[in-house]
Amino acid sequence: MTVTPMHFVIFAAVLFAIGAAGVLLRRSGISILLGIELMLNAANLALVAFGRIHGALDAQVFVFFVMAVAAAEVAVGLALLVAIFRKQQSIDVDRLNVLRW
Amino acid sequence: MLDLLWLVPALPLAGAVVLLAGALRFKHRTTTVVGVSSVGLSLAAALGALLQYVGTHGGIFVQHLFRWISAGDLTIDFSLRLDALSAVMLFFVTLVGFVIHVYSVGYMHSESARGYARYFAYLNLFMFAMLVLVLGANLAVLFIGWEGVGLCSYLLIGFYFEKDWCASAGKKAFIVNRMGDFGFLLAIFWAFKVFGTIDLAGMQQLITVDPGKYAAAATPIALLLFVGAIGKSAQVPLYVWLPDAMAGPTPVSALIHAATMVTAGVYMVARTNFIFALSPTALLTVAVVGGVTAVFAASIGLAQNDIKKVLAYSTVSQLGYMFLAAGAGAFGAGIFHVFTHSFFKACLFLGAGSVIHAMAGEQDMRKMGGLAKHLPTTYWTFVVATLALAGIPPLAGFVSKDEILGKVFAAGVGDLNGFGSVYLVLWMLGLAGAFMTAFYMFRAVYMTFHGEFRGGHEAAHHLHESPRSMTVPLVILAVGSVVAGFVGIGKALSFNLDINLFERFLHPVAPALEVEHAPTLAGEWVLILISVAVAVGGILLARRFYLGPEAFRRPNALAQRFPTLYTTVANKYYVDEAYDRALVRPLAGLARFSWKGIDTVAIDGTLNASAFFTEIAGDLLRFVQTGNVRNYGLLVLAGALAAAAWLLL
Amino acid sequence: MVTVVFCLAVVVGIVSAVVALSHRSPVVNVLSLVVTLFCIAVSYALLGAEFLAAAQILIYAGAILVLFLFVVMLLNAPEEQPAKEPRPFQRAAGLLLALLAGAGGVAVLIGIQVAAPGVQVAGDARAIGRMLVGQYLFAFEFISVVLLAALVGALVLVKRKH
Repeated sequence: MTVTPMHFVIFAAVLFAIGAAGVLLRRSGISILLGIELMLNAANLALVAFGRIHGALDAQVFVFFVMAVAAAEVAVGLALLVAIFRKQQSIDVDRLNVLRW
Repeated sequence: MLDLLWLVPALPLAGAVVLLAGALRFKHRTTTVVGVSSVGLSLAAALGALLQYVGTHGGIFVQHLFRWISAGDLTIDFSLRLDALSAVMLFFVTLVGFVIHVYSVGYMHSESARGYARYFAYLNLFMFAMLVLVLGANLAVLFIGWEGVGLCSYLLIGFYFEKDWCASAGKKAFIVNRMGDFGFLLAIFWAFKVFGTIDLAGMQQLITVDPGKYAAAATPIALLLFVGAIGKSAQVPLYVWLPDAMAGPTPVSALIHAATMVTAGVYMVARTNFIFALSPTALLTVAVVGGVTAVFAASIGLAQNDIKKVLAYSTVSQLGYMFLAAGAGAFGAGIFHVFTHSFFKACLFLGAGSVIHAMAGEQDMRKMGGLAKHLPTTYWTFVVATLALAGIPPLAGFVSKDEILGKVFAAGVGDLNGFGSVYLVLWMLGLAGAFMTAFYMFRAVYMTFHGEFRGGHEAAHHLHESPRSMTVPLVILAVGSVVAGFVGIGKALSFNLDINLFERFLHPVAPALEVEHAPTLAGEWVLILISVAVAVGGILLARRFYLGPEAFRRPNALAQRFPTLYTTVANKYYVDEAYDRALVRPLAGLARFSWKGIDTVAIDGTLNASAFFTEIAGDLLRFVQTGNVRNYGLLVLAGALAAAAWLLL
Repeated sequence: MVTVVFCLAVVVGIVSAVVALSHRSPVVNVLSLVVTLFCIAVSYALLGAEFLAAAQILIYAGAILVLFLFVVMLLNAPEEQPAKEPRPFQRAAGLLLALLAGAGGVAVLIGIQVAAPGVQVAGDARAIGRMLVGQYLFAFEFISVVLLAALVGALVLVKRKH
């Protein structure tokens, strides 16, 4: 079996699903952010694979930018987490429910 | 001068606009100048145009003002048409209109400046509408004038709108009129569909070229046109508004409900005579309605005690005669009666106004009496006009009414369109009506002007002759009632000398339908003598009943002998009550149901219900906001998947 | 050869991903994710994006996840306690959606059937560098602003009120 870029895309889809499950099912803020990171990486992988299919280098440049943005987002997300921890002494996101009906 | 034809309707319009634009704040003198001079100048322009027209010897002058509607096949121009028929109408409409405007100056003197200005503004507006009606070159322009006079009638009848019954009378006039207008509109639409044009000249041309093609459509069109005429000219069954219209100021009754507006129906039938001529059924209908109305209204007039109501029913009755003539194919004779009637009926109304003015507003004849010595000019002009109305030679009413009866009889004898017997019956009804007319009019004269004054001391002191501004018009109109007949002296009267200028003048546009077997000269003279005898008989009977020391004894005895008959007639045969029960109450009920049932329940209910459901939906939807971050994440992912699916699939 | 490496990367990647998101200890989670990201870097290399593979390890594994570790240590993040209010709907729906995402994605992709072996493009630093300062110069510069914004935002968020 030759490994075509499609295989990588399928791999990326699976990783994305795992990441999504993690975001939705875990209560710890850290875990949620980890899940988000995983999803982003899965997307990046898919992007590179597609770039390979079409022979365009633009995909890789795009991935580069996505990585940069992901870094920024992680920084802010963790800062948020720290601020929340200071407030409620726990990183359980289920405790953040003031904006309910 | 003919080019200035447009000035004739335009000047009164300008007068009305100025008076209304001045926000009715002009003082009496300004209003008088504006209101009367506009009509006076219009009269001058009309006379100028007429003088020039007469010189053309029977031509048709059309003045195209502007293109009004241009939509596909439909082109309607706002054009004025001056031919023999509209010339006649133009003449007496402007003349009588001007005279009545002058009369109004004195009569309406006691109104507030605002009311005075309002009156003249509406009256000027009426003149504009009536002139547009008369001069219209196509059915659309005619209809504009038609609706306009209806509007002004409403405004003027309800002039004293603070009084409920006056406002109601105005509404009644407008609504009943509207019912007739519906028929007229349908006729216009149908005519457009059949002829492709509603221009009078155009339609006439098409019919002349190929009458057979349009014969079938002519009947419904003519009947629908006549429905409009029934409404406007107060024939049975749409006459009920005219007696109530007496709620308006008396000059209004004189101008609108005697001389001009109500004759618009007759004018319209004469205008479209080429359509009616194609349909014997329609002609017969016109004649029958006219004849029945003539007698019916006259019978009601026998028992009325309000002087204006007597004149109102008399007007309805006389209009019936005009339609009777038209239905017998004698369009010229009908218009001739319109012409003469305008003089003597206006004179009668203005005279009544003079009497009411002297009686400080009282209109019940039972409270009058012996006014002849206090109001001599009024009395004499009133008597002259009454004689004319009753049909006594050589006054105008005699000439025209006799012409009508003669033509109807000729139609009966000559078996016009195969309905000879009907026309003969109608002739007899016409005679009966003439008897009643003479009777009730002289009853009115005797009750009002003769005998002892029955009104009480205070009123007696107030009795005085009217000012010159009111008596001069009376004299002018009385003179008209005498001489107007001379232009239309029929063949028989003139012993076969063809000096009927009127008929000859109108012949190009409103030719009378010819009958075979016209009555002989001797036969015609017998008819004349019969109708004069009938009229004189009516006068004598009235004299017996209402004059002298035995006055009122016989009629009161008769009334007691036949109480139900008397009350029925006195209550106008309960027609208004019947209408109320049959039409007004169901409609009011429908309106109430529409309000309470449909508007409140259905429409408001629907709105309230939708608001209610929105509330409930909101109540339910708020549970989506759990405040839980993971739930929101779930929703975000679900939405993203949905969008992706929609994009990819 | 490539196949073997690929399969290895896939297996290790998936296993460590599952561990990263299910283990109760936060440190284990982070370190597992490092492994997953390493596998992804391998995938990049297999796809011919060498620069990205290197960047992945440098930035992600090296910087971002280290940051995670710092925060975990800082907060002394506890192990996840059992939930106070069990949310069965969330669990079920979450699992379902994730599966859907994955399965759906796979199905669609198989359906698209782009089975081309791929075109070799040079994924080296020089080529990418050329694109960065050429076609995507504006984005490149703007990224710095984004990073600045993130920096400032993070500082503001953790500032203690005095």
